[in-house]
Amino acid sequence: MKKPHFSTVMLVLGLLFLYVPMFILVFYSFNASRLVTVWAGFSTRWYFELFRDQQLLSAIWTSLKIAFYSASMAVCIGTLAAFVMTRFRRFRGRTALSSMITAPLVMPEVITGLSLLLLFVHMAQIIGWPADRGIATIWIAHTTFCSAYVAVVVSSRLREVDLSIEEAAMDLGATPFKTFFLITLPMIAPALVSGWLLAFTLSLDDLVIASFVSGPGATTLPMLVFSSVRLGVSPKINALATLIILAVSLAAFIAWYLMRRSEEKRRRQLPDLE
Amino acid sequence: MSKLAHKLTKLVPKGRTLVFAIPFVWLLLFFLLPFALVLKISFSSAAISIPPYQPVIQYASDTLTLVMNFGNFLFLATDSLYVSAYWGSLKIAFISTLVCLLIGYPMAYAIARMPVQTQVVLLLLVMLPSWTSFLIRVYAWMGILSNQGLLNNFLLWLGVIKEPLRIMNTNIAVIIGIVYAYLPFMILPLYANLVKLDRSLLEAASDLGSRSINTFWKVTLPLSKGGVIAGSMLVFIPAVGEFVIPELLGGPDTLMIGKVLWEEFFNNRDWPVASALAIVMLGILIIPITLFHRYQSRELEKSE
Repeated sequence: MKKPHFSTVMLVLGLLFLYVPMFILVFYSFNASRLVTVWAGFSTRWYFELFRDQQLLSAIWTSLKIAFYSASMAVCIGTLAAFVMTRFRRFRGRTALSSMITAPLVMPEVITGLSLLLLFVHMAQIIGWPADRGIATIWIAHTTFCSAYVAVVVSSRLREVDLSIEEAAMDLGATPFKTFFLITLPMIAPALVSGWLLAFTLSLDDLVIASFVSGPGATTLPMLVFSSVRLGVSPKINALATLIILAVSLAAFIAWYLMRRSEEKRRRQLPDLE
Repeated sequence: MSKLAHKLTKLVPKGRTLVFAIPFVWLLLFFLLPFALVLKISFSSAAISIPPYQPVIQYASDTLTLVMNFGNFLFLATDSLYVSAYWGSLKIAFISTLVCLLIGYPMAYAIARMPVQTQVVLLLLVMLPSWTSFLIRVYAWMGILSNQGLLNNFLLWLGVIKEPLRIMNTNIAVIIGIVYAYLPFMILPLYANLVKLDRSLLEAASDLGSRSINTFWKVTLPLSKGGVIAGSMLVFIPAVGEFVIPELLGGPDTLMIGKVLWEEFFNNRDWPVASALAIVMLGILIIPITLFHRYQSRELEKSE
């Protein structure tokens, strides 16, 4: 028998390392005991308690709303930035833009959160808005850092797209505006969808930045989970974790399935290229 | 009327300018300007008011006064708590990055060698945990690492140890948490780099009699330098400022700057000291950020 390559062994171990803690979370969400580490029989009571928790349900709703708005805005700004970086010729403004758009990717969250809070405080003093911090301020903060991720995803797609199609459209008299909407946009649509989904999950997941820029009126799901987790482990959080893992796995599986199907269809249409 | 309309259309910037101006102005306003404000507030001093600091620039009775208080920075330099928090953050982030690289490199290498269809599935498996919830992934380790936790119970059952190990609330728990949370961000850029590696170079090396371990050190590793830098920076920089992991898994002796900044801001309500902490952190991180940035913008602007 052939000895498996060292890197293959590491891959299997690494994937185990990534997944075992999540399986443990899921497993103990069905535990009847309040103690997470002692198994006391199968039960679904934590799931029922989860759905009775009004505070939690409203936090989920707040988070989903913010994530939806932030992802949509981030796709607009990120795509425009990606377009400038890949289709405009080099000038000083483009360099400045590409430095600013990638910086949030690695900026520590505490710094981003603090800096945006100070901005909102100054804005409230000078122009009177925002008087109360809440959903709107979190939306602005999330849009800013999510745009960076969208720009990376979209610009890598824009670079792959065949430029000659866009040039042909413009040679035939289409305005740049029309070319973008009729030619470029359909070609980069998959990247826009994955950029939107990435931004959505990033916004849904953020605790630190939201904690800085939020006010008393808006509590997002991570803020609520954090305040409960700080006090120790609780099976209700395990039940919530299980539902999140289930939703994400399902979405990822559907995305993978659709991607594979369209790939197969394309291959069947172009048999000679293989 | 048409004259007015004509004038108005002239005022509206042309499409091309607008495409550039929207993201540019947004980032100027919500990314660059806030940093200037952090710098400004770091020279202020705390006050019992709303907002809780004294104004730096004031204009009253025809005089513009600029009060700059360097006290916060002096305070940070002299108080050993802050110095050791910076040092602790750098140490923990460095060790975590190294462990991530040691685990992530072979994983990325293995994925890049697989057939294309399998690569997609494996990448999805690597990324999937990071799409769930950061907080919940850190929380998972609280149940595993605690004194009566699953790891200790398992090791006691195996008979490897006689007494439970104290891992929870130590720096080791923080490092485990950081490695777990950031491993996918190490693997992705490494994979992107290794998958583009020209196989014929490796074949050439082996044809010329190079042993595979030698080929790895002399060909594969130098060629994947960009991926190593990008992956390491994606782990190191956020890890230095990490707040959630030291808060949940660390103990009283875990000093990390993100946690200290959070406490100055939320518990002590000392915004000027928190701002000064942020400015110094940025000063320390400017070298790794530039390094990452140079790599990233080269990737972004690369015209095929």
